Amino acid sequence: MLGFAVKTERDQLVKEAMVARGGTILQVEHERDLLCISVEKEALHDVLGVLRDDFGFGSLTTLCGMHFPGEELELSVVYHLHNMREGHRIRVKSRTAMDHPEFRTAVDLWPAANWMERETWDFFGIRFTGHPNLKRILNMEDFPAFPLRKDYPLEDPTRQDKDDSFFGR
Amino acid sequence: MKQPQRPNFWQRDLVEGKDLRELTTLNLGPTHPATHGIFQNVLTLDGEIILDTEQTIGYIHRAFEKIAERRPFYQIPTLTDRMNYCSAPINNMGWHMTMEKLCGIELPKRAQYMRVVVMELARIADHIICNTIIGQDAGATTPFLYVYQWREKIYDIYEEICGARLTTNMGRIGGWQRDWNPLVWERIGGILKGLPPVLKEFEKMLVRNRIFMDRTVNCGPLSGERALAYGFTGPNLRACGVDYDVRVADAYSSYEEFDFVIPVGQSGDTYDRFMVRQQEMWESLSIIRQALDKLDAMTDKTSIHADVPDWMLPPKEEVYSAMEPLIWHFKIVMGETDVPAGEIYHCVEGGNGELGFYLVSDGGRTPFRLHLRRPCFIYYQAFPEMIKGSMLSDAILTMSSMNVIAGELDA
Repeated sequence: MLGFAVKTERDQLVKEAMVARGGTILQVEHERDLLCISVEKEALHDVLGVLRDDFGFGSLTTLCGMHFPGEELELSVVYHLHNMREGHRIRVKSRTAMDHPEFRTAVDLWPAANWMERETWDFFGIRFTGHPNLKRILNMEDFPAFPLRKDYPLEDPTRQDKDDSFFGR
Repeated sequence: MKQPQRPNFWQRDLVEGKDLRELTTLNLGPTHPATHGIFQNVLTLDGEIILDTEQTIGYIHRAFEKIAERRPFYQIPTLTDRMNYCSAPINNMGWHMTMEKLCGIELPKRAQYMRVVVMELARIADHIICNTIIGQDAGATTPFLYVYQWREKIYDIYEEICGARLTTNMGRIGGWQRDWNPLVWERIGGILKGLPPVLKEFEKMLVRNRIFMDRTVNCGPLSGERALAYGFTGPNLRACGVDYDVRVADAYSSYEEFDFVIPVGQSGDTYDRFMVRQQEMWESLSIIRQALDKLDAMTDKTSIHADVPDWMLPPKEEVYSAMEPLIWHFKIVMGETDVPAGEIYHCVEGGNGELGFYLVSDGGRTPFRLHLRRPCFIYYQAFPEMIKGSMLSDAILTMSSMNVIAGELDA
């Protein structure tokens, strides 16, 4: 069996509730395997709270950052939420500009977000306001960069032999 | 066993209201024989009672998520090996299934059952490690030596399948590289026959043992609600009484065809975690038996790979002797296979819980972003809450029963 079981009815419920919220929800659509909701940064915490309380998404599966260099809103966070009772998963995304890399913390909703947010801060430099202990977690404390941003080179930055252009892409 | 947090009256200066306790700061780790891995806990102790813990992790962080962004999809399984190295095949299979989900590849049933067999063997090996170490930390050294040898026998099977014992890099995207030889089947039969009596002896030694129960019952307990809030998955969540198992909730690799029980505990203490893992080993043995029966009953005795030439390596003999297969081989290994753009999340039931892969592909040679959901990383943050108010020796047992694997914790 490929992919998760599709929960059409529950997806539809979430979709209707999100569309009813109006302008702060940028997009609600089914992406390959999961329903994906794109939210404006300011409304993110409210939407997560509604999803947890009204739709039973009691567990936060993952929280991770993304970096899209060159786009207007460069940094993004992605949440995967899971309603274990119904076996229903969704994905919530939000984006922010590089000069205001801040979101409201989700630790008050799910304590599990604590280390996940620290990891996101550590690797992407995305700050979570209201986090109880926002400091680096996997890298050393005085590490000078945010290494999962695309502009941080993995190896010698002058090296070009692994560029996609050499492989016809 | 929990002790009160606030100072008792004899520990307080009744006139000035000061706390007269002398608190000790103790560094447990980074390298300590009882932590079974490289992580540090700075404990604040009142005598032998733990008041607070500050965790430091990241000592073996290797930036797999970053490395993956520069690696062709075909070369990523070697990174997944090194996460939970106690059950590396599950990680490998999880990654292959993620890629299959992205590319829309469906495996023949025989290859799926072979995956089930190897994943359950890996789960047994993982649980043997965890449970014998609980015994070891509670003072029973024998199982650590006696039951542990069965892990070695499972590693012999890995070795026969793929040539490696610990970091297996087993299987391929779309199935298996080659069929298993007769020795593999013989050794799996040996496990099915030889392991149950040893497990019985192990259980006879510990399960109703007064000393073991005194040490583990009510040691590091956690309620189901707190466990869910902390994002627990796997045996640790089931020990708290929540029957969530990815194999049932989001069945993959034909798990929906197998008949097995999800064991659950009640209080989420060390004893329950031990018992859940112990019971899961029995269930895993039963799943392997069912898979072997299904394989025997199949008319198909040869298919090991989906019909996807873009991912299937040519036979090694031809690669070494002919030009076309050599080119074909390199095109696959160096990432010349087209991968569709898109984002997917896939998860499998790893040894420690829901092992997830969030893969974002932009259609290039390498992932645009790969996020690894490592169950250890998520549940280890509950450790301070679990040990607060208990004794130092209970903290050691709680940690080993949570099965925190440094490789998975730090990725």
